[in-house]
Amino acid sequence: MFSAPPLFPEQASALAPQVDNLYFFLIAVTVFFAGVVALAVGYFALKYRRKHPDDVGANIHGSVPLEILWTVIPFVIAMFIFAWSTTVYFRIIRPPDERLEIYAVGKRWMWKFQHIDGQREINELHLPVGRAVKMTISSEDVIHDVFVPAFRVKADAIPGRYTSIWFTPTKPGEYHLFCSQYCGTKHSGMVGTVIVMEPHAYEQWLSGGTSEGSLATKGQKLFQDLACISCHVPEGSGRGPTLHGVFGSQVTLSTGSVILADENYIRESILTPQAKLVAGYQPQMPTFQGLVNEEGVMALLEYVKSMRKPATREP
Amino acid sequence: MTTPAYPELNYLNATHGIRSWLLTKDHKRIALLYLISVTVFFGLGGMFAGLIRLELTTPAGDLLAADTYNKMFTMHGIVMIFFFLIPSIPAILGNFLIPIMIGAKDLAFPRINLLSWYIYIIGGSFTLYAIVVGGVDTGWTFYTPYSTSASNTNVLPTGIGIFITGFSSILTGLNFIVTIHRMRAPGLTWFRLPLFVWAHYATSLIQILGTPVVAITVLMLAAERAFGIGIFNPALGGDPVLFQHLFWFYSHPAVYIMILPAMGVISELVACFSRKPIFGYSFVAFSSLAIAVFGFLVWAHHMFVAGISPYAAMVFSFLSFAVAIPSAVKTFNWAATMYKGAIWLASPMIFVFGFLGLFTIGGLTGLFLASLGTDIHIHDTYFVVAHFHYIMVGGAIMGYLAGIHFYWPKITGRMYPEAWAKFSALAVFVGFNLTFFPQFILGYMGMPRRYHTYPPEFQVLNVLSSAGATILAVGYSIPLIYLLWSLKYGKVAGNNPWGATGLEWKTQSPPLTENFTETPIVTEEPYDYARQGAHVG
Amino acid sequence: MVQQKESVTLGMWVFLAQEVMFFGGLFMAYLLYRVWYPAAWAEGSQELDVMLGGINTVVLIGSSLTMAFAVRCAQLGQNKATRNWLLLTLVLGLVFVVIKGFEYYHKFEMHHIPGADFVFHGPNADQIQIFLSLYFMMTGLHALHMLIGFGILAWIAGMAHKGRFSPEYYSHVEMAGLYWHFVDIVWIFLFPLLYLVDRVHHVG
Repeated sequence: MFSAPPLFPEQASALAPQVDNLYFFLIAVTVFFAGVVALAVGYFALKYRRKHPDDVGANIHGSVPLEILWTVIPFVIAMFIFAWSTTVYFRIIRPPDERLEIYAVGKRWMWKFQHIDGQREINELHLPVGRAVKMTISSEDVIHDVFVPAFRVKADAIPGRYTSIWFTPTKPGEYHLFCSQYCGTKHSGMVGTVIVMEPHAYEQWLSGGTSEGSLATKGQKLFQDLACISCHVPEGSGRGPTLHGVFGSQVTLSTGSVILADENYIRESILTPQAKLVAGYQPQMPTFQGLVNEEGVMALLEYVKSMRKPATREP
Repeated sequence: MTTPAYPELNYLNATHGIRSWLLTKDHKRIALLYLISVTVFFGLGGMFAGLIRLELTTPAGDLLAADTYNKMFTMHGIVMIFFFLIPSIPAILGNFLIPIMIGAKDLAFPRINLLSWYIYIIGGSFTLYAIVVGGVDTGWTFYTPYSTSASNTNVLPTGIGIFITGFSSILTGLNFIVTIHRMRAPGLTWFRLPLFVWAHYATSLIQILGTPVVAITVLMLAAERAFGIGIFNPALGGDPVLFQHLFWFYSHPAVYIMILPAMGVISELVACFSRKPIFGYSFVAFSSLAIAVFGFLVWAHHMFVAGISPYAAMVFSFLSFAVAIPSAVKTFNWAATMYKGAIWLASPMIFVFGFLGLFTIGGLTGLFLASLGTDIHIHDTYFVVAHFHYIMVGGAIMGYLAGIHFYWPKITGRMYPEAWAKFSALAVFVGFNLTFFPQFILGYMGMPRRYHTYPPEFQVLNVLSSAGATILAVGYSIPLIYLLWSLKYGKVAGNNPWGATGLEWKTQSPPLTENFTETPIVTEEPYDYARQGAHVG
Repeated sequence: MVQQKESVTLGMWVFLAQEVMFFGGLFMAYLLYRVWYPAAWAEGSQELDVMLGGINTVVLIGSSLTMAFAVRCAQLGQNKATRNWLLLTLVLGLVFVVIKGFEYYHKFEMHHIPGADFVFHGPNADQIQIFLSLYFMMTGLHALHMLIGFGILAWIAGMAHKGRFSPEYYSHVEMAGLYWHFVDIVWIFLFPLLYLVDRVHHVG
């Protein structure tokens, strides 16, 4: 039996209905204006069809009130859509504080995912239903793009920096995760599956895997192996600034400017340490470009995030 | 009505031999040189498109290897954009008509005009060479670092080809600007200019100010690829996204290089076949300039998911909505021009109806992409593919065909079979919608563009799309046959077969080499049908 | 003839607008990386020979002056003087290019040409490679424009030699002048942007 093809993507995230509502409104606007133009053109073409080869039309040159009308009305509608869509956009890009962190790395032609508890997956991503998830994305080679149509989210995976998406899956099931930035031969094979599970099934899945310890623990080990710890000591008396509590704080640079220490800043400081030097320190940290891969950087980042300000010092 | 005689002396038979064509300085002959070469590239690009659609009839990649498929869509894009759409209307119809429309003997710099054709051919040869020796697979957008460090195909010769061809476009624009400023016939004030000329003036501004930026960008790309200097390579501290900014700074306005001339054609035809002055002349004229100016301020809407700052995204979204307004104004004015007209449903007008339908849908679906909330989802999906084909194929090519059919009697002095032309317009319209409408749905469902294989649930719509493509191919091929046929067997057209106003219809068809026997003096307003009547002959 | 001259003048200005956009792409890249890597930019700038760059600036401004004299003489119909001023302009241009060549050769010896042979010691090597890539592309394209200018100068000097110019007919010289001044102005931007980054902090 031949079944009709689906014409609409599944709504499987909390954001999806918001995006779809906007989409439906845009369709209505499109149908309305295309309809107005088509009806006008069709009606005029029939009604004012010339009867005789010598016929000429009325000597009408235009009408300024009409011009103003059909400039202002579309503009007002456009601004209404602009306001609405920007509101939706800011919901799409601003994750809630309470969330699950996932790291994703694109590499020709596969997706590597890391859970902060330490599980690693390739081209599959298991997630619990009903919890906000923030995915921090990067790439090891060319630009890729994480796209989950069912969630209506997308972000490029750009080598050399982090981007992110967030979403709250609302329905257990399996969803496509496409690479939607052209990346070479097997671009169309760089497809993963997001498996959304009931919370208890997810817990089971988490405990079933062979975990190598949490991502932060991995980062801590790297932190020691790469000898970061010999300069970045907890007390702030080392050759490098202390990293406790640095994530999310405002950092004063040697140039005098102040920036937010976010994911991209931490990443840059590991790979090109001289680019943004913290005030009061010498430019002596070597670059770790080539010594630590994307996943390693993500582990280090997670470790830095996990370092809280040292509690009141114990005697 | 007596059959008019074919003029004994005209630009086609003024001199003979292949040299008289290859060394010609006559803008009309150069236009024909462009017509032939552009048609060859259109056929090539169309062939690539056919292979793409054939491959996509099944979800698996069973016709072409993945690398071959990637080269197909890349070369389809490069050939169609740089070698067909950008030169099509300006270099053929613009070249032929602008001097005649303004009552001049030729463009301001005839030798530069010929030079720009040769530059186009040299650039095209580099690109053809790249295609013949194995092709290129970066996508027509050449995104770094894929194009600079990952692709092992012929990026350099293709890039050089595009770089060179860019100067052809720049020189054409330069020639038009100077010609329009300096060579207008006595009495032909700016507000008596045909809107076709206004549209080309706006187009030329973009060609002059945009094309050099893509040229230098391609040069940087070539240096990066050849020497590994780090400018776009994140591993060496470069920024791959900088390439996108520079690329789109040209390539978004380039869309207007493709569509503005088509809008100019439509303005001419709507007035002529409604036998009425164009509604809101100055609004149509200035909206062309507004599009040219705003067009330079919206490039980053191609990069909403490329990690740009949310506030920049907001500004670019706002400006993208703003650029939609002048296009809407134009469309309303065209429709209003038909009100109380005496509408002649001749074949060029059927193409105009096709343009109006497809361009309106193409323009309105642009709102989905300007809108941040929906763009995140449909960015880089088939929705985008459908949208820009509605503008550039539905709009630009429909306009191009409308113009070719309208001016064919002027260019060749002969008429083509009217019924076949109407059939072709219908086939293109139906075939086009069947090809590209399903792609909107595919895109919203999430099918990414540039996919060689796809999940099976997308197959039905893809098959529909491929079926439409065959109809579209037929629609595009028929005119090639009957237009060639008309060269020998077509009815002699006479000076003004459409009963149109404008200086181009006051001279003979085909015109003399020097266009007019004496410099015309313009005393009347443009599109003055209502008072002058329509004089076929 | 008047219309012809006006067309040529307008055409030249439009062409120069195109040139501005052409260099503009490189200036955008320069701006971005300068903001990203201020330290590397200052350090890279130290690698350039400000003395030679300064001499070249003076030479080029001098050539603009001689070019202006050439245009004036052509307007007055003094063909011989026009020819001599043009040749002097050409010589000054050659001096510029030769000095530039020495600078390039020095960079070559130091392995400071970006690409596979690039050698630079220090933590900012990659970023300095970007600085030097932009340096070579910007000055290289500028030098290419100079070379094209030599051809134009030689050609119209030849015309002047044959006594072609008169107070009614001198637009060739004027156009060449516009072009030459444009090339000069590009250098006036390039010199401080490339040679004088953050010099004030590095005196001595």
